[in-house]
Amino acid sequence: MTLPAIRRVSGTALPLPGDDVDTDRIIPARFLVSVTFEGLGAHAFEDDRKAAGTKGKLHPFDDPRYSDAGILLVNRNFGCGSSREHAPQALARRGIKAVVGESFSEIFFGNAVAIGLPCLTLPREAVARLQSLAEGAPKSVLSVDLEAGTLVAEGTTFPFSIPAHAREAFLSGNWDGTSMLLERLAEVRAVAARLPYVAGFRVE
Amino acid sequence: MPETLFSKVWNRHAVRRLPTGQTQLFVGLHLVHEVTSPQAFEMLRARGWTVPFPSRTVATVDHIVPTASLARPFADERAEEMLTSLQRNCRDFGVPLHDLGSFEQGIVHVIGPELGLTQPGMTIACGDSHTSTHGAFGALAFGIGTSQVRDVLASQTLALDPLKVRRLDVTGALQPGVYAKDVILAVIRRLGVKGGVGYAYEYGGEAVSKMSMEERMTLCNMSIEGGARAGYVNPDATTFRYLSGRPAAPSGAAWDRAVTWWSSMASDEGARYDDRVALDASALEPHVTWGINPGQSVGVSGRVPKAEDEAPEARAQVAEALDYMGFSGGETISGTRIDVAFIGSCTNGRLSDLREAGRVVKGKKVAPHVKALVVPGSNAVRAAAEKEGLDAIFREAGFEWRGAGCSMCLAMNPDRLEGRQVCASSSNRNFKGRQGSPTGRTLLMSPAMVAAAALAGEVADVRPLLGGAR
Repeated sequence: MTLPAIRRVSGTALPLPGDDVDTDRIIPARFLVSVTFEGLGAHAFEDDRKAAGTKGKLHPFDDPRYSDAGILLVNRNFGCGSSREHAPQALARRGIKAVVGESFSEIFFGNAVAIGLPCLTLPREAVARLQSLAEGAPKSVLSVDLEAGTLVAEGTTFPFSIPAHAREAFLSGNWDGTSMLLERLAEVRAVAARLPYVAGFRVE
Repeated sequence: MPETLFSKVWNRHAVRRLPTGQTQLFVGLHLVHEVTSPQAFEMLRARGWTVPFPSRTVATVDHIVPTASLARPFADERAEEMLTSLQRNCRDFGVPLHDLGSFEQGIVHVIGPELGLTQPGMTIACGDSHTSTHGAFGALAFGIGTSQVRDVLASQTLALDPLKVRRLDVTGALQPGVYAKDVILAVIRRLGVKGGVGYAYEYGGEAVSKMSMEERMTLCNMSIEGGARAGYVNPDATTFRYLSGRPAAPSGAAWDRAVTWWSSMASDEGARYDDRVALDASALEPHVTWGINPGQSVGVSGRVPKAEDEAPEARAQVAEALDYMGFSGGETISGTRIDVAFIGSCTNGRLSDLREAGRVVKGKKVAPHVKALVVPGSNAVRAAAEKEGLDAIFREAGFEWRGAGCSMCLAMNPDRLEGRQVCASSSNRNFKGRQGSPTGRTLLMSPAMVAAAALAGEVADVRPLLGGAR
């Protein structure tokens, strides 16, 4: 099944500074007690938001200036920890259409690709510039062009990096890859037949 | 050319290069649990797909199990729905299920090895980041998300990019009272929580060679906390001895063929690594985390860092951790008052873990202000421990003795911290809110150190309590 290609994403930006933001923070485990992903958007960063509130601060996800933001700006190793796909699901259901950061945890990155949420990598200085832009001018629109590999903000063009397979998957509409994996089931069976443990190390 | 285990296993499981440039990799064992699979099974139904290799797929229930009472229906309706959904999905798709109440039920990363399902040279996937545990057997084991669980259910394959391999040489011998948990905490402290991104970790050296399989599982389990998606130990005589006689292990002539093949999968002498790091095990002391990620740890004789002593770039993160944990910085970690002691999890919920903790608490009492619980990693661990009388030792000391599951490692069941409670925990993550209270605090350490903390009511060095060598 080919899905709609994802070539461009644009929107205002939501700055979420900090390294090593783990998936327990993105969506606490108690919200995983469910057989669907429904309703997760409302609970994204729920505990961090409450903690900020008790200190008289406003968490970016509660800041009305960012309520319509589509592009999340993060720092290093975003999405580390638990493999829960609920994390990118919660972000996507909150309206996030792309995540731009310094680096991502591998499992989070793979989960995000699989649900059509591009994660783009920019150098530290560029992310810092974009975060301060979003803080100072929250109405500024960022435009991501996956084909060109660029992000444009306030007339400045930032080249980003994204693994070739992910870029290709978004551009070709193959980001939900199961159909592709099912194309050659006979080859899969052939590989299985060559692995001695599949037959319990018994020989005919 | 000499090869690493990683490249041997990868190449033997590679189906083809995908149009996206990734490798399609056959998955030899797919482990399934109730949290990350229901949406995946639903997607299979929606598209009319089946599971082509149901016999290479095994399910159990672990995350939501209420370990105090297994009576059905569960008090939490949504947890009940998750279990009934898993039962229905396994029935509909022909996937074997080690259900609640069966002897084989337990944490997925405990039962896979216990049943002999986890074997050297395999590729293993599970919708759980701690799948890296199975690398202890010389398997390549990957944690995956729900969409990838769907991929593996439907095709028995994954689309992946190869990882680089970093060899970790753990030289010297561990001192008594210092465990695999301390080694992995020291590794993560040194290389950082993102130091392993893009790598598989190959653990070796004298200390690893001497480790039991259960210790190797602890080591590999927390590879992901260091950013490495997979970690492994080359299979050897210890591995084969552990597997011999297990229900899913080969026997007779097949056993001999298996040992030959398994041995051939180990990294060759002279194999090239993308990076090498050495660590002296003999210099390690028990480790305790003071912060909000598993890289933030210190030796038990050490002090919590001060933000101002850190490099400018790290200062804000250390300050955030100190603030959350309620440390001012500079205090000794030893003497930190605890409210809860938790022994269990896929990291440290196995029989040898309970034995070491039991040695510490035998004939002693848990401090009156501490709530202490032991949650065996599986029903088999629980039964074996009871046969040795460990349950009585723990109960007499004042611990609660529970049923098998993930429990307070991530608190998806009723076992949760309350308010700002501090928990000495043998689990794997000290993230903010991890143990169920949004303001709860976790100190990670070995099970023996948790036992020592439970008795003292505060963080304490376990070594004086152990006497004699192991």
